[in-house]
Amino acid sequence: MMNLVEIRDLKVQARSDAGRKIEIIKGVSFDIAEGEIVALIGESGSGKTTIALTLMGHTRPGCTITGGEVRLAGRDLVAMPEAGRQMLRGTDVAYVPQSAAAAFNPSQRLMDQVIEVAQIHRLMTPDAARAKAVDLFRALALPDPETIGARYPHQVSGGQLQRLSAAMALIGGPKLVIFDEPTTALDVTTQIEVLRAFKSVMKLGGMGGVYVSHDLAVVAQIADRIVVLKGGEVQEEGPVEQILHHARHPYTRELLAAFEPVPYASAARSDTMAAKRPILEVRNVVAGYGPLGRDGQPAKLALRNVSCRLERGQNLGVIGESGSGKSTLARAIAGLLPPVSGEVLLDAHPLAPEARLRDKEELRRLQIVFQLADTALNPQRSVGDILGRPLTFYHGQKGAEREARIDALLDMVRLPRAMKHRLPGELSGGQKQRVNLARALAAKPEVILCDEITSALDTVVAAAVIELLKELQRELHLSYVFISHDLSTVQAICDDVMVMYNGAVVERLPADKLHGGAQHPYSKLLFSSVPKLDTGWLDSVPPRVAAR
Amino acid sequence: MNMQISRLVLGRLGVAFVTLLIVSFVVFAATQMLPGDVVQILLGQAATPEAVAALREAMHLNDPAILRYGHWLIGLAQGELGNSYANDMPVADLIGGRLANTLMLAAVTAAVAVPLALFLGITTAMYRGSVYDRIITMGIVAVISVPEFMIATLAVLTFAVWLKWLPALSFANEVTSVTEMLRVFAMPVITLCCVISAQMIRMTRAAVIDALKMPYVEMALLKGASRRRMVLRHALPNAIGPIVNAVALSLSYLLGGVIIVETIFNYPGIAKLMVDAVSTRDLPLIQTCAMIFCLGYLLLITLADIIAILSNPKLRK
Repeated sequence: MMNLVEIRDLKVQARSDAGRKIEIIKGVSFDIAEGEIVALIGESGSGKTTIALTLMGHTRPGCTITGGEVRLAGRDLVAMPEAGRQMLRGTDVAYVPQSAAAAFNPSQRLMDQVIEVAQIHRLMTPDAARAKAVDLFRALALPDPETIGARYPHQVSGGQLQRLSAAMALIGGPKLVIFDEPTTALDVTTQIEVLRAFKSVMKLGGMGGVYVSHDLAVVAQIADRIVVLKGGEVQEEGPVEQILHHARHPYTRELLAAFEPVPYASAARSDTMAAKRPILEVRNVVAGYGPLGRDGQPAKLALRNVSCRLERGQNLGVIGESGSGKSTLARAIAGLLPPVSGEVLLDAHPLAPEARLRDKEELRRLQIVFQLADTALNPQRSVGDILGRPLTFYHGQKGAEREARIDALLDMVRLPRAMKHRLPGELSGGQKQRVNLARALAAKPEVILCDEITSALDTVVAAAVIELLKELQRELHLSYVFISHDLSTVQAICDDVMVMYNGAVVERLPADKLHGGAQHPYSKLLFSSVPKLDTGWLDSVPPRVAAR
Repeated sequence: MNMQISRLVLGRLGVAFVTLLIVSFVVFAATQMLPGDVVQILLGQAATPEAVAALREAMHLNDPAILRYGHWLIGLAQGELGNSYANDMPVADLIGGRLANTLMLAAVTAAVAVPLALFLGITTAMYRGSVYDRIITMGIVAVISVPEFMIATLAVLTFAVWLKWLPALSFANEVTSVTEMLRVFAMPVITLCCVISAQMIRMTRAAVIDALKMPYVEMALLKGASRRRMVLRHALPNAIGPIVNAVALSLSYLLGGVIIVETIFNYPGIAKLMVDAVSTRDLPLIQTCAMIFCLGYLLLITLADIIAILSNPKLRK
């Protein structure tokens, strides 16, 4: 019997801005049977999204298919003219994007966009399409299925948008659905609901699927087979159970190893407990955005009476979903968002609420590293300039002394010294984050606020950055406030963990008691929502009673 | 939600009003600083000092400037624009016909240039990088680089001197039939279109290209949408804000900036009136003309901002 999809020796070439041609997919072949869901796993740059898009006969601008075949139900998408591909898109093969928030047109109502496929291909009358859409909304467990389509994209949540984009893909009754990292941008507590909805509609419709992801645990819940990609080549391919338990390829093992719990031995544990004095203390901080109201509170409150303390040489983890106020806490501590009330103490000395009122020494001792190195580093400045500025500002270093220190900093973050002449745009994501970290280290700080610094990185790269943070802590006696939405990274580096929800601290726990020790219902929900490397995990977690 | 829209729109109108007040002050102050004395010019070289003093008194020129500003502003609000210093006619009468001519020319030019510019801007964005796009883009650069008096002169040379299709001079007052109107307006409109479309085409093209890079346009492509549908349904509605702003900016030029075109075609418009007023130090006339230009500019920009506010989907319900 013929497979639904047969990819043979697919080659895709990309043209860089300088006009150089690079082969990014180097002869990939695999099949998808009718009704089978195949996962494409790999880090960013492995070509997984590029391959998924060729299944729709589409390549991003600058890329061209240079060889091979992509057969969908026996028809070669590569050889087909563009008009023929247009006919297939939406009807035979459909796409669920990574960021539904960006994939919905902000100026059209959701229903109009969901049924657009039916309109473009004249599949059914608008009324019939609307009725089908409402059925899909119901099947995807969306709230108010009858009326949600009348809203605009900005009026629904991220998790709902992701389910709506699945409805948009399914409306044309496709034989193959492509999921391009559809849950990566979601919080774990939302991700589990979305995954459950996807799984049930895919099972119901008997459709084939391609699930692109970098997260093995997520893929284990929904896929039948896994294709592991690296550098545009297939590394390993097999049924989910086989990949999870009998991985042969070193890269697959590396991916799996990132899920192994890493026991964290604190550097400070061995010190005498009596000498403990908090290096950083936050007392009853209230902060928010917007103008102050009559009661002296900001219009939108982001931190409600938050207190925490960080012992010298220890690490404090802050976890919570987006909107929980964890990044705002970092901004309040750093003085970027002055708190309305409450105080921040560094080594028992109260700091001014605003960063510009703090003296240079106070600024030096407390540094912040932002989530996106892409936007935090000036793209027009070389790495050496970026690192040199804080050296001159805080320590007045110039000339040869400064150059020597820049070299030392690059050594510290394990980057080659020659890199100081490069621009940030020429570095990889992990390298940029290391430069970002080195810039904070240039000040010789005592406390570093790490705001989601590994969230944008691939699993393997993120693990290496965490390892680096630990080494630096041993060498330089640092203390970290580590903010993340990812439980396993927090566990890998922190002594204490603080769970935040809706601007307030709901629970504080030692990191080794995270599993089983949580008392608050929200912490329990959060911890139980983290996907496990077990194909039966999704079905074993009881559905959440409280609807969001 | 709709409360929010009306609040934003009212706020924008309030800002426009305050701006107008500030502008009136600046206009008044600037005209006070013009070199030369109106009385000297009116009475000529042979005037006795007594006559000069008497006339200054009669024209209230000895009052403090702030008092004269107040009088002028109140008069302006009541529609009393004062009398021209030069020939003692009411400023309103002097401006009336000229303003109608200018508005007429502006309206005809806008009616031709805006649809043309939008069409060219959108199609060049749609077929970006094609031969068509390159020819249009290069043509625009060429047109921008040629000064308008050059375009106007070339137009006269071609259509009036060589081909003898059109009259070299325009007299808007004589228009009686549609063909007549076409003949009179053809050359000034062609010249002005060249001047103002270039900016609009480039801005429209850039705004649509930006919108075409958005992920939701790629999503439309993956839904099987044609290129026309991607541009017209998905990209264009989200590019309205920058496009109307570019259109408003270009059109505002048609009110006060057309002096060269008015001179070459001898078209009796308001820009020429103002230049004449400056040479005779006719302060009430200068002030009124300047206020009209600023008012027109403000109206267009405010209108563009309001359209941009209304087109923001985040404010819709």
